[in-house]
Amino acid sequence: MTTATRTPLDVAKIRQDFPALNTPFHGRPLIYLDSAVSALTPRPVTERISHYQSYEHTNVHRGVSTLSQEATDRFEEAREKVRAFINAPSSAQIIWTRGTTESVNLVAQTFGRSKVGPGDEILLSAMEHHSNIVPWQILAEEKGARVRVIPMNDAGELMLDDLESLLTERTRILGVTQVSNVMGTINPVKEIIRRAHAKGVPVLVDGAQGVPHLPVDVADLDADFYVFSGHKMSGPTGIGVLYGRRELLEAMPPWQGGGSMILSVTWDKTQFCGIPTKFEAGTPAIAQAIGLGAAVDYLKALGLERIAAHEHSLLAYAEERVAAIPGLRVIGNAKAKASVLSFVLEGIHPHDIGSILDHEGIVVRAGHHCAQPVMTRFGIPATTRASFSYFNTREDIDALVSGILKVQEIFK
Amino acid sequence: MSDPRELYQQVIIEHNKKPRNYGDLEPCTHHAHGLNPLCGDDIVLKVVVADGVVQDIRFLGQGCAISKASSSLMTVNVKGRPVAEAELMVEQFRSMIRGTLDTAVDPNILGKLSLFQGVKNLPSRVKCAVLPWATLHSALHGEEIVSTE
Repeated sequence: MTTATRTPLDVAKIRQDFPALNTPFHGRPLIYLDSAVSALTPRPVTERISHYQSYEHTNVHRGVSTLSQEATDRFEEAREKVRAFINAPSSAQIIWTRGTTESVNLVAQTFGRSKVGPGDEILLSAMEHHSNIVPWQILAEEKGARVRVIPMNDAGELMLDDLESLLTERTRILGVTQVSNVMGTINPVKEIIRRAHAKGVPVLVDGAQGVPHLPVDVADLDADFYVFSGHKMSGPTGIGVLYGRRELLEAMPPWQGGGSMILSVTWDKTQFCGIPTKFEAGTPAIAQAIGLGAAVDYLKALGLERIAAHEHSLLAYAEERVAAIPGLRVIGNAKAKASVLSFVLEGIHPHDIGSILDHEGIVVRAGHHCAQPVMTRFGIPATTRASFSYFNTREDIDALVSGILKVQEIFK
Repeated sequence: MSDPRELYQQVIIEHNKKPRNYGDLEPCTHHAHGLNPLCGDDIVLKVVVADGVVQDIRFLGQGCAISKASSSLMTVNVKGRPVAEAELMVEQFRSMIRGTLDTAVDPNILGKLSLFQGVKNLPSRVKCAVLPWATLHSALHGEEIVSTE
């Protein structure tokens, strides 16, 4: 354990960076246990966005003005920050998108369209978010291919014993989430990638829930594609990332056409830019990219290992507290878990739980979490999900437990 | 909503636990499937209409307490009524939830259903309360599937 991990986070100080946590909500302090749906944005990030938009803004990669050059520099610095954050070999391999969903669609519509044909197979895990299912189903439908699924056990862990038999000569890509958004399961993606590569199959890792909680090293993982969203990691919405292996990105056709992504346009022929610009048609989300860069700075200053240690101790405490609540069943009991606690209460629908907790000032997610196949797997329509972040405290969890008891009292 | 108990009144809790007219109904003259994809509320409504009157009505499905109690109380309140009155109730229930009909002031035939009035202060739950009514409307108009999204 490093010194940084041993020094705990100064949570009281961190909380000062979140105005929402210090503003009454339904007349009470806000207890935000919904970072897995979208993280709150710390003040240094919102201030950076505001500063850029107020003083530094114009379009990027256009014109000769000093202002445009400086905006371009800030925008590209953000790309470099993200590159370093996930240890990608080159910032050319960091492509800005609107978010995880757009990143997956980009890969499905370019890489997928050129590689997947009739009778081919796309292998996905049983715990994918809809964003890593539906783009592949659309592609499979178009190409006459089929989607196959790596099953999971009752604890919410992937059953990998038979992975090799699912990786056939027809498998063109494997898509797997690093961390389940419903259950918090941390999947052994490095091992999955190694085994897929042994069969010649490239792997797309959905890092939306991974990158806010774990130190990520795409080079060490040997991921072919790694995708994530800014707003799950304390950045703004409207910005996300597609990391790809250089030779794959270079071989992929462009996705959207338009300004920025071209070298030259004539009526006869248009030449496209190289990566990453080839995939970035139109004016990008400049302020959001710079805001994401600021979020990277913020998380790095806290330390991903310290964040993980804090969140892990909150999860352990929460699991211990809810274990004492009769009629409560935790969905997802994997050995390796990120700080997500999904549960169902006997006889009480998650939406009713969510509404009553909301009145207590506690924000959780109630629903299918855009992962209906996971709900089907467990035979439930929905769960209530509390997710813990670096600014949460044990008191937040105590409030959650009191809230759950109040729900049970109302429904008695 | 100042207190969740204003919404989760005893009647709603009780109908959630023991929904009336719950089950399948065959043969029926009208049916529709109502879905609220946001939260997964899912009901199948079957109706027998004869001589312009709702003779029988039953529902199946799963959902939150608000949608279940709303379904249960809807069946109790439209059963035996002329179709035209059931349609009027659909309209009035929607107006009440939208906040354009105040059951304490405006003339209406909602009766006990006014206990759902508090839902109008909970925008995220409006669709749960309205789902069975939207489904009834679809069933009576021959539409097989309805979504409140």
